[in-house]
Amino acid sequence: MIRYACGSNEHGIARRQFLGSAAAATGGLLAGGIGIFSHPAVADQLQSDQKRIVVFNMHGGLSQLESWDPKPGTDTGGPFLAIPTSVPGIHISELLPKTAQQMHHLCLARGINTSEDDHGKGTYMMLTGRRQTPASNFPQLGAVAAKTLTPTNHSLPGHIVITPGGSGGRGNDSAYLGPMYSSISLGNGNPPQNTTRPENLSEASNGARQDFRRTINERFLNRRRTAVTEAFAYSFEQAEQLMRQRDVFDVSKEPAVDVERYGTHDFGRHCLLARRLLEQGITFVQLSHSNYDTHNENFNFHIEQMGEFDRSFACFVADLADRGMLDSTLIVVLSEFGRTPNINLYYGRDHWSKAWSVCLGGGRFPRGAVYGSTNDNGTEVKDGQVDHGSLFHTYLQAAGVDSTGSFDIDGREMPIADPAASAVAALLT
Amino acid sequence: MTIPEGFDPKQAHVVSQWAHDRPLNACRFDPMGRYVFCGSEDALVERFNLADGVRTNFSGGHQSWVQAIAHSKDGGQTMSAGCDGKITWWESSAAEPKPIRTIDAHKGWVRTLDVSPDGSLLASGGNDNIVRLWNVADGSLVREINGHTRHIYNVTFHPSGQFLFSGDLIGTLKQWEFATGTETRSFDAAPLHSYNGGQQVDFGGVRAIAVSPDGKWLVAGGLHKATNPLGAVHEPLVLLFDMQNQTEEGRKPVRQLITEGIPGGVVWRLKWLSDGSIMGLSGGSTGGLLLFWKPDTEKDFHRLMLPSLARDMDLHPDGLQVATAHHDKHLRVSRLAAKAT
Repeated sequence: MIRYACGSNEHGIARRQFLGSAAAATGGLLAGGIGIFSHPAVADQLQSDQKRIVVFNMHGGLSQLESWDPKPGTDTGGPFLAIPTSVPGIHISELLPKTAQQMHHLCLARGINTSEDDHGKGTYMMLTGRRQTPASNFPQLGAVAAKTLTPTNHSLPGHIVITPGGSGGRGNDSAYLGPMYSSISLGNGNPPQNTTRPENLSEASNGARQDFRRTINERFLNRRRTAVTEAFAYSFEQAEQLMRQRDVFDVSKEPAVDVERYGTHDFGRHCLLARRLLEQGITFVQLSHSNYDTHNENFNFHIEQMGEFDRSFACFVADLADRGMLDSTLIVVLSEFGRTPNINLYYGRDHWSKAWSVCLGGGRFPRGAVYGSTNDNGTEVKDGQVDHGSLFHTYLQAAGVDSTGSFDIDGREMPIADPAASAVAALLT
Repeated sequence: MTIPEGFDPKQAHVVSQWAHDRPLNACRFDPMGRYVFCGSEDALVERFNLADGVRTNFSGGHQSWVQAIAHSKDGGQTMSAGCDGKITWWESSAAEPKPIRTIDAHKGWVRTLDVSPDGSLLASGGNDNIVRLWNVADGSLVREINGHTRHIYNVTFHPSGQFLFSGDLIGTLKQWEFATGTETRSFDAAPLHSYNGGQQVDFGGVRAIAVSPDGKWLVAGGLHKATNPLGAVHEPLVLLFDMQNQTEEGRKPVRQLITEGIPGGVVWRLKWLSDGSIMGLSGGSTGGLLLFWKPDTEKDFHRLMLPSLARDMDLHPDGLQVATAHHDKHLRVSRLAAKAT
């Protein structure tokens, strides 16, 4: 048992096991180093056992009425019709014709009530399962998934966020789980930043300086081993692995026919990249589709955005099903909130957290099902009401994580999910 | 064009208003000037008697919102188009109106209709990026015109009866010889479109088209300065094109007709008035306004603030009465003349 300078037991069990396995796999790796996962039998096992999660964050607040819970012909329904899906009796918006054909793989929760109409707070709640308070900060789903689901001997990061733009970098979303589990952003779906060796630095020179760094690190860690120093060392090792496995993040390696199927727009490319990352064993991938904050001309904008989403998302779901990945891969389509049933002066819809929907798939989620409902014009939840806390539990349990457990953080037990909430049994098979 | 007696846009004022049950999207006078027909946020067409405001609902023609209305030349038939992709023919004066025929016109919304000057053809445009020409008499398809790559927001016939204009979301404005479906000219209406990288949305488009009665000028309306498309922050804009300039330079607008002090507005409709001025309807977060420009002057010379945000407008055959369709569920009729004493 490693003891830290702070006196606590080792913080991250997964990390400890990870290092041990890595050393064993490489036949004596330097301390603080990471082994390249190479055993075919174990790789197969990893592939079959590993649970993964992909989150589609519909940034700005997707309208439930123009997606998962249409109310055509009512005063709030807007101009779009509802269409049948591959599951008899389930209808969704006509803006999602391709997704409708994948409904037998999916599950709708139509009774979401989060009572929070602020973008930032709503996002925090949906991604952490808790309400934001000044006194506490909680890890996002991606960080929790990375810590609880990433195989101990995996050499790739467990928490990837594909952003619509930007240059990438490291997220600040793992709270007390530490930087080891914070996200690596792939700005506009590009490989991680600074993962190519400078041309003026030879491979031999680079290897020598890395060896020197490990030696110095090990000397230091022998005397002052802390979670922070370990995470610091880990970041170097992870960067090395990213450099060696940069192709994992290169969506251009995917077949041209798939690029065409998913759509040549950014979101199509991001979905294809998400498929690639999940196939490579990345535990958690989050991608965004933007922008749904449609206070103005909600219907025009949803035609545009949903059309883009529908094609790529339907391809993604179908591919995961075809490749036998749905049992091991959770799909969550969420927003920070929904949009008002009321249609405002500008053909817009405003923020609405009282009655909205998320779309789920894979793992232990039921297939081709609907849980919960709203009243005739969608203004309130009629039955099956759930909130962010219970959804967070449900996501994790659908992925095989006991969400009622706790993390050991510096000797302090931190509940994995909000202990005041619990999973929705009806959403778990 | 004869200027009607008492015509004075600066004296424009609302004279009457009639309520419906839902917010209104569209309005048109019939060519005989007896009625105003409206489309609304339901599946109905509403007919208001101009004389007394009596309302008659036309039901059974659509499954979704009615977005556009047009009339046969003699006013005997009314055509309505909706977000269900259908166009429905009605008898305009029917006491108990029923659909004469309904056709599946477009995949997705039908956003716009116009009838040719000779009354024989109905043009439609919609979300399938196609312009279609229909026989008004029997609803048969006469021609499909392809060439747009984004949603078509407006189709308008040239008064000569030879050309048709169509405008789309990204500011593409084309002139077609509709007898052959040949594109004969295009205009640069790009200032009416913008792409917001932060919000990742295309926005704007050619919302309105109008040709001067003498055929010399073309105006296209919409919005610009869309600093926050999702938040309804954008200003109304009209582009004036010189139809007589057939050179490459003629593709560009000769003037931008703008406003000051309207941070939330989009031009939904344009009409040429009898004195050669241009009337536009702006609706947005600033409210509903009738705006009046002279073609040779950049800024509006007059504006009438309407009681509520409006989304469509039409000019009565008498050249004096103006109908506006409002979000507050009211149809309003204004008069471009001094108040009666």
